[in-house]
Amino acid sequence: MSPRMIYIASNTFREAVRDRVLYNLIAFALLLSGAAIFVGQISIDIERLVVINLGLTAVSLFGIVIAIFIGIGLVSKEIEKRTLYTVLSRPVRRWEFIVGKFLGLAGTLVVNTFFMAIGVFAALLYVAHKFSAPDALILVALYFIILEFLIICSLALFFSSFSSPLLSAVFAFSLFVIGSFADDLRGFATLTHGVTRWIATAAAYLVPNFSALNVISAVAHQQPLASRLILQNSLYALFYTAMALSSAVLIFERRNLK
Amino acid sequence: MAAIEILGLEKTYMVGFWHKRPKRALQPLHLNVEEGEIFGFLGPNGAGKTTTLKMLMGLVFPTAGTARILDHEWNDPEVKAQIGFLPEQPYFYDYLTAHELLEYYAQLSGVPGKERKRRVEEVLQRVGLTDIKGVQLRKFSKGMLQRAGIAQAILHNPKLVFFDEPMSGLDPLGRREVRDLMEQLKQEGKTVFFSTHILSDAEALCDRVAIVHKGELRGVGAVADLTSTVQGKVEVIWQGVRTPASMKAMGAECHVTGDNVRAVLPENQQDAAIDSLRREHIRLIAITPLRTSLEAYFVEKLQHSQTTAGKIS
Repeated sequence: MSPRMIYIASNTFREAVRDRVLYNLIAFALLLSGAAIFVGQISIDIERLVVINLGLTAVSLFGIVIAIFIGIGLVSKEIEKRTLYTVLSRPVRRWEFIVGKFLGLAGTLVVNTFFMAIGVFAALLYVAHKFSAPDALILVALYFIILEFLIICSLALFFSSFSSPLLSAVFAFSLFVIGSFADDLRGFATLTHGVTRWIATAAAYLVPNFSALNVISAVAHQQPLASRLILQNSLYALFYTAMALSSAVLIFERRNLK
Repeated sequence: MAAIEILGLEKTYMVGFWHKRPKRALQPLHLNVEEGEIFGFLGPNGAGKTTTLKMLMGLVFPTAGTARILDHEWNDPEVKAQIGFLPEQPYFYDYLTAHELLEYYAQLSGVPGKERKRRVEEVLQRVGLTDIKGVQLRKFSKGMLQRAGIAQAILHNPKLVFFDEPMSGLDPLGRREVRDLMEQLKQEGKTVFFSTHILSDAEALCDRVAIVHKGELRGVGAVADLTSTVQGKVEVIWQGVRTPASMKAMGAECHVTGDNVRAVLPENQQDAAIDSLRREHIRLIAITPLRTSLEAYFVEKLQHSQTTAGKIS
């Protein structure tokens, strides 16, 4: 890996920290501790279910919002503020810049998720008083959430390499929503015929399959997860991210920075 | 050897809603900049100076033509380790301090880790940015940002430095310091290519200049040659505010400035003018042949192009 990519990634991480992105952890902590205390008082035997569901959903949503709103500005903000001029006039390749930015944002989200995960486990301990063996599956769910972030980051970066921040946000958020129902879209495709079927199938495979990465409910209900799912989801997320990043690089390599 | 060879570089943007209407930002440009010289790229706003610089930096892609920088193709990433660039009205990562910013740029430019800290301190000292430790760039004034910009351009000891409007935002003292710095860079054997529309800076600094207007090269040459043309007139300066009648009769154009009178008159009237002042017991201060200023050359080139355009249309 080129050292320049690492420098760009660490600067991106530093920017996120100094722009107080990690302050979202405070909101998350307040939400989770409030919820833990609340369900601890009113629910009977479903505290664990509620805390895992709520906690992991919050981890996912907080991260998605950060990934979209920082991701869409990663390139466009640098062009708009002209900070890119003094970077690309050095021996930095355009692809190194894109990949470095991606790694920086991904790193920010991993650190953010790490602290949120501590919060989830703390809340779980508070309501259940002890951990049980199936709680280890929470780590798998968190891993899938991180894979989800990688895809969203790369998509936000892809859109921001040719579009305005507002449109990039709309595109990335729309894909997140559609991707969350990717299984339903595939189901719908099997029910249709002719051109509609062809279009629906193509769309179902083109949008990121976030429903496969969402195992929050299964984990909360202590259902077992097939080990091949981890491999499949990892390969899928890496492939999708690589494709989106490559497309972003291809577009950015040809872009005039007026 | 030429530090920069621009070989027919041109740029046309497609504008309009459907990007169908061509707008030419730069006509094919041919230009050579020799090693070790200070070269001024002059032109009014919107002349194509920044477009040219951006193409040389690989920020904008040329529609046609090519360029060689320090004997490398313009788009060779390796050459960028040997060049420095100050963009027009620079803006930097404002969450960083000047030290952090320069450290980051030093990393990207491949400055070895052991040297980075020393280089950063040295260059900050050189541009007059001291006592700013811990201050984020968002708290910098425009002049301080310009100094930080100059610092990042020379940080990695480049052989060739591009400055786009380097005096912009600087007070008279700051401008003087930048001029001194550019002269120092030249003494160190570096080539300086800078764009400006402030002609006095160019006249004071440059070995050679090129004038661009409406995306077209209008003239290029050594400043000494461009300003050496004697116009067949002399400038006579004398003490006082009185103009003898005989002077007026000679066709002198007189202007009173402070306690002196400046008169411009034909060269063949020079002796008669001196006699006239002696007769009137007026103290003569100076008499010099009138030379073309860079400003006059610049205006002439711009007006010439407008006249030509008018005739064609």
